[in-house]
Amino acid sequence: MSALMWLAPLSVLLGLIGLFAFFWTFRAGQYEDPKGAAVRILDDHLDTGPEARP
Amino acid sequence: MSETLAAPGCPTTGAAILGRAPAADPEAFARTGDDGLRSLELVVRGARCAGCLSKIEKGVGALPGVVSARMNLTTGKLAVRWEPGRTTPADVLEAVTDLGYAAAPFDPAEVRADEDREGRRLAVALGVAAFGVMNVMMFTVPVWAGAAMGEGMRSFMYWAAAVVATPCTLWAGRPFFESAWRSLRKGRANMDVPITIGVLLTLVVSFSETLLKGPHAYFDAAVSLIFLLLIGRYLDHQLRAKARSAARDLLALQAHTATVIDAEGFERSVPVREVVVGDLLAVAPGERVPVDAMVERGTSDLDVALVTGETLPARAEPGERINGGALNLTGRLVVRALARSQDSTVAAVARLMEAGAQSRSRYVRLADKAAALYVPLVHSVAALTVVGWMLSGEDFRTALLRAVAVLIITCPCALGLAVPAVQVVASGRLFRKGVLVKSGAALERLAEVEHVIFDKTGVLTEGRPRLLDAPAHLVALAAPLARASRHPLARALAESAGPGAVAEEVFEQPGFGVEGLIDGRRARLGRAAWVGVERSSGDATELWFGFEGETKVRFRFADQVRPEARRAVEALKARGLSVEILSGDVEGAVRAAAEALGIVRWRAGLTPLEKAAAVDAAGAKALMVGDGLNDAAALAKAHGSMAPGSAADASQNAADLVFEGGLGAVPLAVDVARSARKRALENFGFSALYNLVATPLAIFGLATPLVAAVAMSGSSLVVTLNALRLNLTGDRR
Repeated sequence: MSALMWLAPLSVLLGLIGLFAFFWTFRAGQYEDPKGAAVRILDDHLDTGPEARP
Repeated sequence: MSETLAAPGCPTTGAAILGRAPAADPEAFARTGDDGLRSLELVVRGARCAGCLSKIEKGVGALPGVVSARMNLTTGKLAVRWEPGRTTPADVLEAVTDLGYAAAPFDPAEVRADEDREGRRLAVALGVAAFGVMNVMMFTVPVWAGAAMGEGMRSFMYWAAAVVATPCTLWAGRPFFESAWRSLRKGRANMDVPITIGVLLTLVVSFSETLLKGPHAYFDAAVSLIFLLLIGRYLDHQLRAKARSAARDLLALQAHTATVIDAEGFERSVPVREVVVGDLLAVAPGERVPVDAMVERGTSDLDVALVTGETLPARAEPGERINGGALNLTGRLVVRALARSQDSTVAAVARLMEAGAQSRSRYVRLADKAAALYVPLVHSVAALTVVGWMLSGEDFRTALLRAVAVLIITCPCALGLAVPAVQVVASGRLFRKGVLVKSGAALERLAEVEHVIFDKTGVLTEGRPRLLDAPAHLVALAAPLARASRHPLARALAESAGPGAVAEEVFEQPGFGVEGLIDGRRARLGRAAWVGVERSSGDATELWFGFEGETKVRFRFADQVRPEARRAVEALKARGLSVEILSGDVEGAVRAAAEALGIVRWRAGLTPLEKAAAVDAAGAKALMVGDGLNDAAALAKAHGSMAPGSAADASQNAADLVFEGGLGAVPLAVDVARSARKRALENFGFSALYNLVATPLAIFGLATPLVAAVAMSGSSLVVTLNALRLNLTGDRR
């Protein structure tokens, strides 16, 4: 049972990493143009990553 | 590569999209950034596939000096930045239109309005709440499942749950807490007040239970309440944000600039917003008069269909006052601005629109009606639970715990989702059919209408005259002159003749007609007096034509009823709605349209004020369908309102729904609104049933955290699935 003492914080930490990953994708503008992203990935010239937020 | 990705209907596949050519000069909308680069945003219509994307970005990117061209397929906006001096905004716009896409410059002020900070805030809150829900379950699920758990372990699990749930709940719940606080300060209680009380009380009781080593703590319930409620809030917000930005795009496509003549006599174009009283403006044929103005120089004919609803053009001469929004047809005018664009719609119309909007803001939405019944009921039940259990000998702690369980189980999660989910699905369905719904309340009002009022010009009819039957050889004879004129009657004549030769040495006398050489012979087309016919009745729905010294012939015109109008009117009648026409046009024209459509109730020659009053007088809950400036007040006043995408911008702003592509949209919108209302009521019914079953459980202390979690998410799921059903039914044709 003592394993819980470090496993519990660890799992919350993993969850937090996921949450911050969401924040990062949000800030990076990855939800600004879902339709465009879907077609950009198919073309090398267009696949330039998300647009930086002004 | 690109061709294989082209979606059907894209200009890439060859079918060019012909937009309403915007007269706006993009120069007025470009701005200079901090890095010294000029930038411009364009609304691009018709770009849907990878082919479009690469064609536009490469085409614009190839212009000299362009640093970046980025197309957003989701919003349909193209952002371009370039080095000043090397290219012009007009070149950028032209590059896009040359590729076959309708494009219009987007006002920088509108770009800022488009950013949607509230939506971003809700999305972040939703992310935090989702994290909280998922991670708090890690600690509470073992408690629900673990029979073999000692008291110490349970306490540890609850403390861990508290560490995760408390900050998440407090952070993600801020939209509710702030809204509740704002409403309390105004001395009112909205739906967010009971939510806030319920959530905060749940947290407090959970802490005290954990401290007192009680068996039940509801940390997971607190954060999942916030999560489920945020979903409803987010959907509702997205619906409104999407409609708002689509409405702005529509207006941008018909945005116009004004050409100001400065003191030195130079012309420059500015956004209409920036015109001030006293400015000297030039209005070329084909442009709209930007603001109310006085004619200084020049004569012309004005198309006032959008302003007053009259089909026939009005004369404009020096010294005459003309209304903003009128389309200049034949001659160049120099005018002096009499009003700013904000004040330019007749002041009375603006005031009426405001009054109408106020009467509308008194409209109570379905969800608020439900909340007004539900909230006091739930709080009384919770209070009775405390009192009841204490009277029957339980201690205060147990009584309070059961009351909190009542609050949790009855917290309006399903209620908060019941309406937004339905409305999002319904507007999505209408959006795909070219109907834009501006708000959820608009759909609710539309479902209640009993009476439909149509404007005539431009709504029921095409809004421009058509040639009535004339011998083909005569039409062909007059066509070369007609092709040289912008006058709507001449245009109609030219249209029915088809493409062909144009007369030479054409001279147009605004307000009278045109003169020119056809095969070397001098001919005139225009009013009777212009052609040289002695006639008493100066009927303006006709044109005369004749070669010099020969017999004159007459062409007659009428505004034709739209081909789909009859079917739309019949469809509305079949749905039990009464139909009426209110028009600003002359009596004869309105009667003809009403008879063609089988509409018995009609009134002609109405001013904007009379139209608005007539909407009031209609008594029944009325749906107004109109496009003109003269309809704006009536649109704002009516219970529901729809405007076509070609309408004046004031009317589009006043209307609840904006539709493109035919009057068939009106019965369709009524159908969808009605079935949305049905689904929403079903959802309320289900919520009521759920509460009837679950509340007694909570009162008698049977609502353990596990039961609460299953009941809450289960009911929300059922409500959402029922809303999605709207997408499956009735759309099979």
